[in-house]
Amino acid sequence: MEVLSPYKEATDVILEAGGEPLKLCYQCGLCTGICPWNLVRSFVVRRIMHEAQLGATDFGSEDVWTCVTCGACVQRCPRGVEIIDVMRAIRRAVASLGIGVVPDALRISAKNIAGVGNPLGEAPEKRDDWAKDLKVKIFASGTEILYFPCCVPSYDPDVKTVARSTATIFNKLGIDYGLIGTEAKCCGESIRKAGYEDTFQSLAQNNINLFTSKGVKTVVVSSPHCYHTFKNEYPELGGKFEVIHITQYLASLIEQGKLKLSKKINKKVIYSDPCYLGRHNGVYDEPRRVLQSIPGLELIEFPDAREDALCCGGGGGRIWMDTPKGERFSDIRVEQALEKGADTIAVACPYCFLNYRDSVLTLGKSEVIEVKDISEIVAEAMTEE
Amino acid sequence: MEEIKIGVYVCHCGVNIAATVDVEEVARYAGTLSGVVLSRDYVFMCSDPGQGLIRKDIKEYDLNRVIVASCSPRLHELTFRRVCESAGLNRYLFEMVNIREQCSWTNEDKEANTEKAKALVDAAVRRVHYQEALEVKEAPYNTDTLIVGGGIAGIQAALEIANSEHKAYLVEREPSIGGHMIQLDKTFPTLDCSQCILTPKMSEVGSHPYIELLAYSEVEEVSGYVGNFKVRIRKKARHVDENKCTGCGVCMQKCPYTTDSEFEVGLAKRKAAYIPFPQAVPNVATVDPDICIYIKSEGKKCGACIKFCEAGAITAETLLHQTDEIIEVEVGSIILATGFSLMDPKLIPQYGYGEYENVITGLEFERIVSPTGPTGGKIQLKDGHEPESVAIVHCVGSRDKNYHEYCSRICCMYALKQAHYIKEELPNTDVYQLYIDMRSFGDGYEEFYERLCEEGVNFVRGKVAKVTDQAISDEEKEKLIVVAEDTLLGRMIRIPVDMVILCNAVEPQADAGGVASRFTVNQKATGFFLERHPKLDPVATPTEGVFVAGCCQSPKDIPDTVAQASAAAARILAMISKGRIILEAAVSVIDEEKCSGCKICLSLCPFSAISYDEEKGVCQINEALCKGCGVCAGACPSAAITARQFTNEEIVAQVEGVLV
Repeated sequence: MEVLSPYKEATDVILEAGGEPLKLCYQCGLCTGICPWNLVRSFVVRRIMHEAQLGATDFGSEDVWTCVTCGACVQRCPRGVEIIDVMRAIRRAVASLGIGVVPDALRISAKNIAGVGNPLGEAPEKRDDWAKDLKVKIFASGTEILYFPCCVPSYDPDVKTVARSTATIFNKLGIDYGLIGTEAKCCGESIRKAGYEDTFQSLAQNNINLFTSKGVKTVVVSSPHCYHTFKNEYPELGGKFEVIHITQYLASLIEQGKLKLSKKINKKVIYSDPCYLGRHNGVYDEPRRVLQSIPGLELIEFPDAREDALCCGGGGGRIWMDTPKGERFSDIRVEQALEKGADTIAVACPYCFLNYRDSVLTLGKSEVIEVKDISEIVAEAMTEE
Repeated sequence: MEEIKIGVYVCHCGVNIAATVDVEEVARYAGTLSGVVLSRDYVFMCSDPGQGLIRKDIKEYDLNRVIVASCSPRLHELTFRRVCESAGLNRYLFEMVNIREQCSWTNEDKEANTEKAKALVDAAVRRVHYQEALEVKEAPYNTDTLIVGGGIAGIQAALEIANSEHKAYLVEREPSIGGHMIQLDKTFPTLDCSQCILTPKMSEVGSHPYIELLAYSEVEEVSGYVGNFKVRIRKKARHVDENKCTGCGVCMQKCPYTTDSEFEVGLAKRKAAYIPFPQAVPNVATVDPDICIYIKSEGKKCGACIKFCEAGAITAETLLHQTDEIIEVEVGSIILATGFSLMDPKLIPQYGYGEYENVITGLEFERIVSPTGPTGGKIQLKDGHEPESVAIVHCVGSRDKNYHEYCSRICCMYALKQAHYIKEELPNTDVYQLYIDMRSFGDGYEEFYERLCEEGVNFVRGKVAKVTDQAISDEEKEKLIVVAEDTLLGRMIRIPVDMVILCNAVEPQADAGGVASRFTVNQKATGFFLERHPKLDPVATPTEGVFVAGCCQSPKDIPDTVAQASAAAARILAMISKGRIILEAAVSVIDEEKCSGCKICLSLCPFSAISYDEEKGVCQINEALCKGCGVCAGACPSAAITARQFTNEEIVAQVEGVLV
């Protein structure tokens, strides 16, 4: 290995792309120690920070795309370094400036998002097809709530049960809600983390203009990723709405006595805190309150829960990328769930849904454990009118 | 009226002012103003030649007003006041204009800054026409001193003062003095036995003719001002007659009731009737009313100590009827030496403190290793076995924005010391230091670090991510596993050990806020007490007469603590030697004829300097307590209060100077 010389130009590129936080890093290594990747392979987060400090970043490395943005490192970093922002800045340098090469799977998803407004590459006109037979109206000025299901429940044949369950619950309760329509585009949270800043800006502007022009005041979302970007990133771009995650909304309906759950669900349900609901946004209690309100349901906790919850592996754009067997966090989670005696994994995020479903399948455990979104369980437990 | 003759001096302050203010122009302009007899610019006004200029001019030109346009008055107002005084001009006929912090340092626009400086000088020139000479008063300085806190800092300060044959009160809230230092086994880097070097000092304090030791006591209220403080101290009831108690310890032996020992950091129990440790000073027993069944049952149950106390120091009378004593003392100076506390590691659940019994703190380990401690000095796990391996984790809650951003300063060194304890007693036990940096900054410290390397301690650079008992291999079974990245290797490391010692953060005492307000000192953002200047005045506080020493000001080791204690004592001895305090004369005064007795001023005064005279029906200002803030003068509806040096005429004149 040849002797290293600091290359400030590379550092400057990363700093300008949003990597300023890297200056604070004092190389303690806590990030590496806590990063879930080190349960399955070696991923030295600290070294990436230091390489960036000296301009020695290998922009062509796989590791540029490894981070799942779960936030475990940011949460504990003693210097308060926004490590995810640094990862995003390095990716932005590759994706926008073409310094390196973007992995194929990600490139295709990015193309789809930029082209047709969703990562699956499906037709925009079909965005609301999941609701065809369900009597769901389109949001108009004066409608109380906008329901924004996320691209995955909208288009994925399995995950659309999340959107359908939610609509069913709303319909039964007579909630005044509507869908924004087929002009909606992906919220952009994950593609931004993957470094496609311009794509994100364009998606956000599209959605903000759409919502604002229709007079949207309150948005209920199924995905913690949509939650995160609508709540934390859209306001500075002009999009100021009240943002509620479906589990928070259900919890408040239960508290107000409007949502009655009387059908017994005799299951041992283990709840997996989604990174973007829990660590990133501090929502831990409401999903649990909802599950605990269901008669017959025994709520179990993972050994590492709440702030310490293990990521499913879907954030940061990695939901669109392939993770080799043996390196999948969701496999570990399924094993943990089985060890705890659970027969159901309750999720509150479409990415978790996809990853756990795949893990259960590939581990051959479909007979012993199933994956259900909280909205599905609630829909099942609802009192018949 | 006397003809006003003003001398104006505009300072360059090297380039600090001259770089962004045209000082020659300001001086020239000042020379054109009414009343100004001479106007100069000079490179460093605060220097000897600069001061000499003023002195010479006052005499030669018969100046009766002096204006210096330079830095902040907080820096040199006193300097120049003294210069004027030495040349025979009353110090209150001097005015300082800040054209540095408030002008030259604010931006780079020389033209704008120069105009501003001219306006400020104009304001001062108009103002000084209305200034009056004020009489400087003095008050006597009480030669007694109060020292709060009986750890090594308080003990050192008390001895310094007492050895000069002046009286010191040493107030300590625990039953014995000694603080944290008496809990240690050895001290780095010399490995002196802590108790051996401290107990002679404690003993000296206990028997010193000039020290009044008030142990098991707390200060409740402080009033007054530098040189003349009144302090109210609560001497808590020990429920033992101190004068009769011989410290024989029989009560402790016979007492059937126990609770966690504070001295042993919860690792052992003590009795309801107890002496905290064998070398306690004062060596008298205390009965804990929260645990003593006799007291709680109002005399119906137990009473074993009464039966067995041969000296008759514990009786039904002392147990049931002895009350706290209130003692009022008058002192001239106060030293706060209240020490530190340690962060609860349960706040970082990933380290397993409270979950795994063999995860302990540094102080707990110090007690384990101490010959007088809970294991008689034997290094052992909770089940009595010897550890085969120990990990010492640095920076637990320190250097961490999530807890305390600062470095606790002492841990790197005591971590090395504790590694040495282990290697000395159990040479075959592996010791791992998990660190981010090795801070061995002091005299002999780096050599001590080298010594520990020679002793075969393993150093792994990496902040510990977690401590777990979840084994993933055979070697890890039944062990505690310390998980971190070895940053020097760039690899994850899992170290199986039997015992984990956490270097938890040094924190201010839990009641530091209450103590701070009681003594009118401030806290820094970290919670430690604020010194007057971090570099040049680390033991004084902005409150005159109140000093700080030791860890209550910031984390530090014993040498630095002792140095600060001696420094604070020296400052006080200097005041005592001078014997008098000069009172600031630019304070407020009430014209009793105009005062209507509405007491608005009294309710507003932040220094409690105003009192109401019932007989006269008017308010009066204590000139010694008054800081001249002017709040009362501003609020008085009868315009009965004059804020000396800040009269309406003076202020209006300044405003005119700036605006015109």
